[in-house]
Amino acid sequence: MRNKFMALVTVCMLLLVGASGAFAQTLTIGLKGEPTSLDPHFHNVNANNEQAIYVFDKLIRQDSRQKLMPGLAVSWTPVNDKLWEFKLREGVTFHDGSPFTAEDVKFTIERIPTVPNSPSSYTGMVNAIKKIEIVDPLTIRFHTDAPAPLLPRNMATFNIISKKYGEGATTADFNSGKATIGTGPYKLVEWKRGDSIIYKRNDNYWGEKLPWDTIIAKPITNDGTRVAALKSGDVDLINFVPPADVAHLSKDAKLTLAKSPSTRLIYLHLDSDREYTPMVTDNNGNKIKNPLKDARVRKAISKAINRKAIAARIMDGLAVPAAQMLPDGYEGTSKTLKPEAYDPKGAKALLAEAGYPEGFKITIHGPNDRYVNDGDIAQAIAQMLTKVGIKTEVNTMPKSVYFGKASALEFSLMLVGWATDTGEHSNCLSALLHTYDKDKGFGSANRGRYSNPKVDALLEEALVTVDPKKHNELLVEAVELGLGDVGIIPIHYQVNVWGMKKGLNYNGRTDGYTLPREVSAAK
Amino acid sequence: MLAFLIRRISQSAVVLLVMSLLVFVGVFYIGNPIDILIAPDATPAEYARAVHELGLDKPLWEQYTIFLKGALHGDFGNSFVYNEPALKVILDRLPATLELAFTAMFIAVIFGIPLGMVAGMKANHWIGRNIMRFSILGFSLPTFWVGLMLIIIFSVHLNWLPSGGRGETVMLLGIPVSFLTLGGLAHLILPATNLALFKTSLAIRLTRAGVQENMQMDYVKFARAKGLSETRVIGLHVMKNIMIPVVTVLGMEFGSLIAFAVVTETIFAWPGMGKLVIDSIGVLDRPIIVAYLLITVTMFIIINLIVDILYSILDPRVRLGQER
Repeated sequence: MRNKFMALVTVCMLLLVGASGAFAQTLTIGLKGEPTSLDPHFHNVNANNEQAIYVFDKLIRQDSRQKLMPGLAVSWTPVNDKLWEFKLREGVTFHDGSPFTAEDVKFTIERIPTVPNSPSSYTGMVNAIKKIEIVDPLTIRFHTDAPAPLLPRNMATFNIISKKYGEGATTADFNSGKATIGTGPYKLVEWKRGDSIIYKRNDNYWGEKLPWDTIIAKPITNDGTRVAALKSGDVDLINFVPPADVAHLSKDAKLTLAKSPSTRLIYLHLDSDREYTPMVTDNNGNKIKNPLKDARVRKAISKAINRKAIAARIMDGLAVPAAQMLPDGYEGTSKTLKPEAYDPKGAKALLAEAGYPEGFKITIHGPNDRYVNDGDIAQAIAQMLTKVGIKTEVNTMPKSVYFGKASALEFSLMLVGWATDTGEHSNCLSALLHTYDKDKGFGSANRGRYSNPKVDALLEEALVTVDPKKHNELLVEAVELGLGDVGIIPIHYQVNVWGMKKGLNYNGRTDGYTLPREVSAAK
Repeated sequence: MLAFLIRRISQSAVVLLVMSLLVFVGVFYIGNPIDILIAPDATPAEYARAVHELGLDKPLWEQYTIFLKGALHGDFGNSFVYNEPALKVILDRLPATLELAFTAMFIAVIFGIPLGMVAGMKANHWIGRNIMRFSILGFSLPTFWVGLMLIIIFSVHLNWLPSGGRGETVMLLGIPVSFLTLGGLAHLILPATNLALFKTSLAIRLTRAGVQENMQMDYVKFARAKGLSETRVIGLHVMKNIMIPVVTVLGMEFGSLIAFAVVTETIFAWPGMGKLVIDSIGVLDRPIIVAYLLITVTMFIIINLIVDILYSILDPRVRLGQER
């Protein structure tokens, strides 16, 4: 009875497999994250932003290395220091056939700060704009109070929606598909919560030729299950292949892997501000003045870390040792900074010079469910520091507990990650190294409260310098100064891995997104 | 019976109230969900706006009062991450979990009880011993490991069944179900088997113990002496007596099947509420966590009530409401 049943099931499955062969134009993707909403402005978080790129377009696109490329805007030029003019693409239509115009852009920018209950909005990307002027249907001007060199970068972060459908639309209307009418490569067919999101090709797309008729995006959050789904052929492509599985998947003749370095930096933040820091004592457990205020101690910690070993052993080769906050080639990256070489002797010498020849005791804190192998990295760093005399204990915790405590300054030495979504250095400088300033909005993630007036001044000048060359030079100078002073200790950039069936081709992106429009069937 | 019901319901209300308070305070002390939800480069002004919009800037007691007022009107508040009523988000996922749990229970009953009876009657035979060996495995192997093994064997190597997801669904009385389509059924088999394994073992052991105990009883000897056929003795008389503990235990276990399908749902990417609540705990989405736990507790209470009533039907000696 049972055998008969299994035989029946087998036959049915074979039929299904046969049937799916007929629809070779369907691409099924297994994704680590599930969007919380299809409203492109409700929650600024990776999983949501990724799905929004399927349906919508931005004024300015980021290419796979996060360089700016024309999107719905074909050009953007500063008319003067406080005025940007954007020329929009001609002949673009929304999925319902209605034309895309400057009205839609204006509507989108005005909607962003008004989305109710948004846990993380794009308001910061548009609040420099004081007035929007529509010159003609395909020309739009943005007036700002102060020079805004970052405006094009910010325009590359959010998606343009249709005024016709967006007016009065709630987040629920986007989730149901009623308002999810974009100009993008794919039209939303259905969102089955927790199971899949189904898209059909937009045959009138203005951009590149699209190889797939139908896209099925399946959230499979469990790493093992996602890998199994690829191996069993249930999905064609998966993102975030766990490092531990890379070796055996690369031996599988039916699969190919694609690796791409990412802008996700893993770094250490150190309390370099307070007189006494909570997690440091001398070797006998007595309170001492905060040694991390001394740049030599911070430098010693950096020298004590063997980045190559972490990349090779803990990350299985899927990490690139880091010297600054973005990999080479990005706006504001220094050409002179190199990853700190592993030098335990030099570290000990620096500690002695700073007055800690016997070291001290410290606890390193980190999350254990946020970044790739985060708990193991913290463990390894603790061992490396202990070797040079800084007796380090490890305390890792779930991200839901960790980040609140880290932001409340309960820690002294912490492992954190940062992904620079805008693809240029002012973003991470403002958040991580600028002095914490609640009113001006600087240092929002500066959990070590590092403060260097020179870095602040250089950054603030860069932020009002529209000339790209000058802007870049100021950023480079700020980066070299802040990292020379060891404001943070960069460890590595994560390398992202995609797995796919042989015959597919995807090169990966530094921002980690999986975009079906860039997946081709290699012939 | 009526007094029994009234007492039960008022006790339940107190349990629900205490429960909601515990969860509320607990989540409050873990941390602020905005720390996890907000884009890391958000300015402090944006942070303050988000905290205010979600009502997290109010003192704890005020947040709790607002919640209580809403809850009395059936409104558990909007989910922080989905921006939809928490109850709706959970009820959207409930059918998937119920379907999985019912199927698992079905498997446990149709395999567990007959196997248990065989094991009880042939305790010293190799069949009986092997059944017991199987049940020990079912008890002791961790669910997540068995789940992964099922995927590796049946999806990756044999390629018979899909590795996860729910597959095609059709509407049955307005509820989406997958067991009526072949694709859906294929998706259902592995997770349901995974979830059923422990309960099957439990059913085997309970039935076996019951059979062994009852076979020694006088009424069985008497029935046999009366010349009743073995089928009738076991199928009717013994069966009736062993069903009482089996129904009680499996009934209570059914609640835990629904509430703790979490592991199975995560491994098989089954879009049920267990997976939802795990995701929600990860981002401290309090309205979902509180509503989920309240629904689960309510479900336990109802199931226990049904078990008590069934019990009184199966065993006429039991009278509800007589306990003092």
